Amino acid sequence: MAQIVLDGVTKRYPDGTEGVRNMSLTIEDGEFMILVGPSGCGKSTALRMIAGLEEITDGELVIGDRIVNDLDPGERDIAMVFQSYALYPHMTVRDNMGFSLKLAKVPKEEIAQRVEEAARILGLEDHLERKPANLSGGQRQRVAMGRAIVRKPAAFLMDEPLSNLDAKLRVQTRAELSRLQARLGTTTVYVTHDQTEAMTLGDRVAVMRAGELQQVGTPMELYNEPTNLFVAGFIGSPSMNFLPAKVEGDHVHLPMLDMTPTPELLEELRRIDRVIVGVRPEQIEEAGAPGTKGWPTFDVEIDLVEPMGAETVAYFTVAGEEVHAGQLAEISRDRGGDNRISAGENQVVARLESDSTVQRRSVAKLALDPDKLLWFDADTGARVGIGAALAASV
Amino acid sequence: MTSITPTQATVPPRPKRSGGGSFGRSDRRLAGILLSPALALIALVAAYPIFYAIWLSLNEYSVRVPGLQRFAGADNYREAIGPSFWDAFGNTMLFTGVSVALELVIGLAMAVAMHSAFKGRGLLRATVLVPWATITAVTAITWRSIFEPGLGFAPQVLEKIGIAEDVIWLGENGYAMAVLILADVWKTAPFMALLLLAGLQVIPEDVYEAAKVDGATTWQRFLRITIPLLIPAILVALIFRTLDALRIFDLPKVLTDGSNGTNVLSLLAYQELTDNRLIGLGAALSVLTFVIVMVVSFLYIRFVGGNIKTLAED
Amino acid sequence: MTATSAGSGPGAIARPSSAARTRARSRRKATPSWVKSVLMWTSIAAIVLFCLFPIYWIVNTSLKAGADLSRGALWPDNPTLRNYRSVLNDGDFLLALRNSAIVATTTTVLSLFVGSFAAYALARLRFPRKALLLGIVLSISTFPVIAIAAPLFKLWTDIGLYDAEYGLGLIIPNLVFTLPLTIFILTSFFREIPRELEEAALVDGATRVQSFTKVVLPLAAPGLVTAALLVFFAAWNEFLFAITLTSTPEARTVPAAIAFFTGSVKFEAPLGTISAASVIVMVPLVVLVLVFQKRIVAGLTAGAVKG
Repeated sequence: MAQIVLDGVTKRYPDGTEGVRNMSLTIEDGEFMILVGPSGCGKSTALRMIAGLEEITDGELVIGDRIVNDLDPGERDIAMVFQSYALYPHMTVRDNMGFSLKLAKVPKEEIAQRVEEAARILGLEDHLERKPANLSGGQRQRVAMGRAIVRKPAAFLMDEPLSNLDAKLRVQTRAELSRLQARLGTTTVYVTHDQTEAMTLGDRVAVMRAGELQQVGTPMELYNEPTNLFVAGFIGSPSMNFLPAKVEGDHVHLPMLDMTPTPELLEELRRIDRVIVGVRPEQIEEAGAPGTKGWPTFDVEIDLVEPMGAETVAYFTVAGEEVHAGQLAEISRDRGGDNRISAGENQVVARLESDSTVQRRSVAKLALDPDKLLWFDADTGARVGIGAALAASV
Repeated sequence: MTSITPTQATVPPRPKRSGGGSFGRSDRRLAGILLSPALALIALVAAYPIFYAIWLSLNEYSVRVPGLQRFAGADNYREAIGPSFWDAFGNTMLFTGVSVALELVIGLAMAVAMHSAFKGRGLLRATVLVPWATITAVTAITWRSIFEPGLGFAPQVLEKIGIAEDVIWLGENGYAMAVLILADVWKTAPFMALLLLAGLQVIPEDVYEAAKVDGATTWQRFLRITIPLLIPAILVALIFRTLDALRIFDLPKVLTDGSNGTNVLSLLAYQELTDNRLIGLGAALSVLTFVIVMVVSFLYIRFVGGNIKTLAED
Repeated sequence: MTATSAGSGPGAIARPSSAARTRARSRRKATPSWVKSVLMWTSIAAIVLFCLFPIYWIVNTSLKAGADLSRGALWPDNPTLRNYRSVLNDGDFLLALRNSAIVATTTTVLSLFVGSFAAYALARLRFPRKALLLGIVLSISTFPVIAIAAPLFKLWTDIGLYDAEYGLGLIIPNLVFTLPLTIFILTSFFREIPRELEEAALVDGATRVQSFTKVVLPLAAPGLVTAALLVFFAAWNEFLFAITLTSTPEARTVPAAIAFFTGSVKFEAPLGTISAASVIVMVPLVVLVLVFQKRIVAGLTAGAVKG
């Protein structure tokens, strides 16, 4: 049980590039902390520095009450679950799980007892004498977990431990993992690039981008109050819609409608060269649906309808200049290309009520929740008008 | 003989993710500790002797009075590059060219046969390893006994067919070289076959199926698919074999002791060094042999190295 | 040419209709399967004959004595073990066997010990000029041994290793070519072991030495066996050092002894005994080949197909 403190931790490579820059983060005792971000953002490097597998160039790392910068991984009282599980192929499940205890010269009876206890927790009792090659993917994953928990370490470090499982097993194991961590109460740092895992598992989530920490907070804080375009775009599925906005006189022009912001917000928006407005898909409803009273409405032709059962996802296109922002480009690059359509148009996703009657290729009247819109500076990515209310009118 | 392919001379780049490397500082020190015994041994028995050989080749040593020597400059080299050198040089090149070419053709045929043999592949593999595992001195003895005048299997059979009657195989120029090449081909073609077989086995089956669908005949598939995809393996095997053939020593030493047009460079140097005790001259000849092998290695790496390098980079 | 293209597989016999269809379809171009079968077995027979006939011949010769020996028939009329008896009573030959066993075993052990450290460093650690270093190590193996032999002869004479008993003077020179071989094979095997396994061991509290001995070495065991076999073969086969750095039976190894073999019985052509001696030194290696053929092939072809 221990607190982990990163204080200005930096990883600089011999060629001068920085994998992690000046990262400060406190992970409370017993907390489940997620490090999330696109590939190459430095999250794994950060985890490996905590583990002692990468040298810390600058800054200080504290685990419990010790500064551990110069300690070997084995001396840091941590356990790690690797993406590939890194099970020792030449050892049985029992020996894999007991290896660290054996190295620590724990008496044989105690090793056996602790391994069996962990095996019971993970449902591996019947497989203790098998070799990893004879286990299924899910069993291997659990052995990797078991290897971590037998040590009763001060902290668990997990590097995308679910990414090698198929989708169904991943969801199931995610729930088990969450329960296990709650039961053991061990401080956990968990690296993932999957924002769903981040949202569902973490007590708090730290979003990283290009070696820098962007925002740390509970999943709902990140979702509702992202500090910049990157966090706003990265967290949430389907992603937030981003549209260009233009201040014209005392109102703001959006591709589908005009709005009148509060004077404070207007003042801030006027100082910005290019404004981007962010709309969560669930903030768009069919006009007249419950709770949409007083929302501004607009007519639009629906491109595609996906009835999901619990909700209906509708896609439509609005005219207007395509949004360009470096931070958004990074996200779409990471997700394998730009899914925005051709210049001059912006695609918007809306999550409508399941009883919605919208039809593909027909015009629908939709409504927009004016109170929860988020405003960003396209050039810096920073969110503006945090805390400012927006009164809107058509 | 097994030698080393220069395939791995280039270290594949490490994945970017762990690019900074764990344990950066301690890595160098640890590497130093781990490498030093091997490097010290190599320096003692390879690097130092090479330089010493160059020094020896620049001096003249008295045959009568041990320890008496004088600096001779390039004298030994001037003396070394004479008729017997050119003779050995020609023999070495002839031997290398013919034996490596034959080994490639026979090895390729064997590899293709082994690859298509769905039964008895294990038996074939074991069989093919037997010549490789036969020590060279024994190989020489074996082929000497096969070509023993009157008693050997080969002269008896050839006499019956009416070819090469009354030939003392190991006693005549040309014929002796033929036996030398045959013995070498016997010993190393199987090795070549194994290398090429490994290359054949990594060619995916569906490429052949695609070619079949495209209407290619068996022969076309061999020429247009197998051979091009096998080129990297062939090049590696050729390098292996050429460098070994240029240095050949033990086979001719035991088979003919270099007589009857089978004297090769290594053997000539050996004779001057030990039989004639001309240390300076022998050293000069060994340095020349060394230089020739190095030049050929360099040319190989220069001209086919690019292919090998891309091969090494997965 | 390939296994699957052989027209009708074994299954076709059970299903005549499909075999018939296959034949009908492929009549135009494909060679009939029986021709392929004949071709295949002929080429297999040719390979086996090519590889094994010389071995048969030397065994044949070794079983001949007296009149048999001077007839040169394809088989001995009166097979006898006389040659074997006389070889095994030959003190010099037994000494050579002893020396070879000592030299080859010691070379193998040293080569693996020193080579595995170097290979680990080359496969895993980060240090400057690694590629250059690996290149140098590998280029050593292309040196003509003759270029090293003369200076070593002088050096060994000076420090008293020349003609040392048990062939001890041959062990270090042998390492010149067995070390690059070992380093090459083991480096490629070590590279195959995921780095994460070692990291897991470190996190589990292992020292670097422990992670090497408890994780890397056990996993590289097949590579160690392969390297050991190839090194042993190379050392057992080594000839040039054996004849330049030794001069008496107390120091000579098998290849040198065979080259200088005169036969124990004076005035008799040594053909029979030398053949018997050849067979004797061949047997252990052939047995090793048959037992470890897969490992040996893996070692020989390492690097030939993959980088």
